Amino acid sequence: MINLLLFPILIPFLFASILLLFPKNRLAQRWITFGTLLLTLFVTFVLLFKVKADGIQAITLGSWPAPFGISMVSDMLSVLLVLSSTLITLIVVWYSFSFIDRDRESYFYYPGILFMLTGVNGAFTTGDIFNMFVFFEVLLMSSYLLIVLGGEKIQLRESIKYILVNVISSALFVVTVAYLYSVIGTLNMADISVKIAEVNQPGIITVIAVLFLMVFGLKGAIFPLYFWLPSSYAAPPIPVLALFGALLTKVGVYAIMRTYTLFFTLDQAFTHELLMILAILTIVAGSIGALAYFDVKKIIIYNIIIAVGVILFGASQMNEPALMGSVFYLIHDILIKGALFLLIGIIIAITGTSDLRKMGGLIKTYPTLGWTYLIAAFGLAGIPPLSGFVGKLLIVQGGFEADNLWGSIFILASSLVVLLSVIRIFIYAFWGEPVKVQMLSSSVYRGLFIPAVVLVGISVLYGVGSEWLVPFMSDASNVMLDPTIYIKAVLGGA
Amino acid sequence: MKTNDVILQTTTKLIFFIIFLFSIHIFFAGHYTPGGGFVGGLLTASGIVLLLLAFDLKTVTTALPINYTVMTAVGLLLAIATAAGSIFFNVPFFTHAFDYFELPLLGKQSLHTAMLFDTGVYLVVVGVTMTIIQSIGADD
Amino acid sequence: MEIIMSFVIGFLFMAAVYLMLSKSLLRIIIGTGLLSHGAHLLLLTMGGLDGDAPPVVSPGVSNYADPLPQALILTAIVISFGVTAFFLVLAYRSYQELETDNMNLMRGTEDHD
Repeated sequence: MINLLLFPILIPFLFASILLLFPKNRLAQRWITFGTLLLTLFVTFVLLFKVKADGIQAITLGSWPAPFGISMVSDMLSVLLVLSSTLITLIVVWYSFSFIDRDRESYFYYPGILFMLTGVNGAFTTGDIFNMFVFFEVLLMSSYLLIVLGGEKIQLRESIKYILVNVISSALFVVTVAYLYSVIGTLNMADISVKIAEVNQPGIITVIAVLFLMVFGLKGAIFPLYFWLPSSYAAPPIPVLALFGALLTKVGVYAIMRTYTLFFTLDQAFTHELLMILAILTIVAGSIGALAYFDVKKIIIYNIIIAVGVILFGASQMNEPALMGSVFYLIHDILIKGALFLLIGIIIAITGTSDLRKMGGLIKTYPTLGWTYLIAAFGLAGIPPLSGFVGKLLIVQGGFEADNLWGSIFILASSLVVLLSVIRIFIYAFWGEPVKVQMLSSSVYRGLFIPAVVLVGISVLYGVGSEWLVPFMSDASNVMLDPTIYIKAVLGGA
Repeated sequence: MKTNDVILQTTTKLIFFIIFLFSIHIFFAGHYTPGGGFVGGLLTASGIVLLLLAFDLKTVTTALPINYTVMTAVGLLLAIATAAGSIFFNVPFFTHAFDYFELPLLGKQSLHTAMLFDTGVYLVVVGVTMTIIQSIGADD
Repeated sequence: MEIIMSFVIGFLFMAAVYLMLSKSLLRIIIGTGLLSHGAHLLLLTMGGLDGDAPPVVSPGVSNYADPLPQALILTAIVISFGVTAFFLVLAYRSYQELETDNMNLMRGTEDHD
């Protein structure tokens, strides 16, 4: 099965197209979506073990020879990300069964999610820079649908800004690809990696590297391009927010990691230094936001920005522990952000507000929710042995090895800010005087709570079992450290 | 306001078929020369838009009772099925096949699976364009 | 030829930025349209404007145009067509719902909610 690596892209796409045929049949929509995601998850597991056993899987579409056709490449990094994206989508869909109202369900909500997963998985898998643009657009188009679905006033208002920012960044992407093509003369990422050293034009290449940083930084929300993110993400309902928060920024981060390890490696003193400084500023900006708000959604949204900074700091160090730590932290963040959004979704559903000052005393009525939230919060902050710890430890270790003491200290300090910001939610919402809440019916509560607990459980397992995951992670970071492995897998023997 | 658009309506009845035929021509021309599913689809959609301009939405929906969402979905399925056919032969995705056939009337012609893919594109383009236009035009 | 193209692209970008900085939503959408036109022309120009014959193999022709930028532009045009159409529908819907197309009134700070 040489096409195996395409299945995580094709299966959601196929079933999303089928779901378009009968939008009004809500039950069928739900269960076909759920089944599709289970199938995708299974296929991705098969692919994961195949990549582990046989090395990088690569295929060039349409039987063209490698640098001319569109290559799809599944190395350990991308297959791990595909796996976690599919997993989080599965759980969010499960959560949506009890959360999303009828109107949205019968207006292409589930096909939207599946098309978005197609785009996300495609962007993680592609080995062609223009094809990456296409998959970005696929996921963006579906995210436009999801963000505006329901048509509330705030959604309409915010989605206009969201779309405008993304249209501009897409135009910039085309411009940047044009520059790259005129200098290098190829779009295949492995081929670019080979030719970029041959053309020997470091000045122009550095300009292109910075332009790519701007393009992907707009999607991945790095400083100072994160400005659009907090208000746009706060508009759609919680399950959509969870998907956006867990996946969309990560695609941008992945793209930066891929391009900055595979081909913009010639002038590291400038490009990677810039990336590091921006990463640290991102952490600072996110920290300020996370402490400034009393809105639970906004607090977690600013935590996304902090995490982006931490991951990119690791990616900018270009040594083994830091890159491995970035991969660990990237996947940890996908899982834990999803879990946190689902949990605060339950809190908002119970209290009917997202303002912390109007909450209180939930620990008396919903004790298990409170303790689950606390575990997730500790996981986010990286308290051992929970999932955030290993990644952050490795990133900091890598930072020290590369003599970036101050950066590493910022990372450590940011953990305290993260802990403070999420514990504030715990203190305000669960302690204090109980305020009057509307009790959710127990079936709805279970429908919301069980997926969230499953996700928190997975993230705990991810933290506790990290020793067992090390071989996978080191495979992923090895490819980033040594691009020749990637090139060889795509272009063949050379 | 009731306008007297007899000239527009009469010419549209004629022109629509010319546009439609031309779009089919462009669609098949895409086989070897510029053209193809996307342009053909846009032309067809523009023909239908002309109908919508000359008559009202209700008349056009009675004349062409097409659910454009379903049309889009069928197009997507056709496109992906064509491309995925290669999976069963264990060759890279999107690999196309073609051969020459003796057809009645047309003589020796090459038939190419890319044509099926292009039909899918055509349906998607018409479907999406019309969905968008109807969703704006549906209310006055 | 490249010089003329550069001026055209620069003019398109200039007009796009001017339009996108205005308050009216419709002007902003037209601005994004011009922006993507500029980007597509840039892609064409950066791919190289030499090459006389269309990239279809025919006897006696050796100086083909580079087909890749053309393919890329077609893809990009299709995408920007879709996005612009969606954006227009959205703008229309929000004009109905919010009863304004003035971006100043869509800030979404507390006093404008």
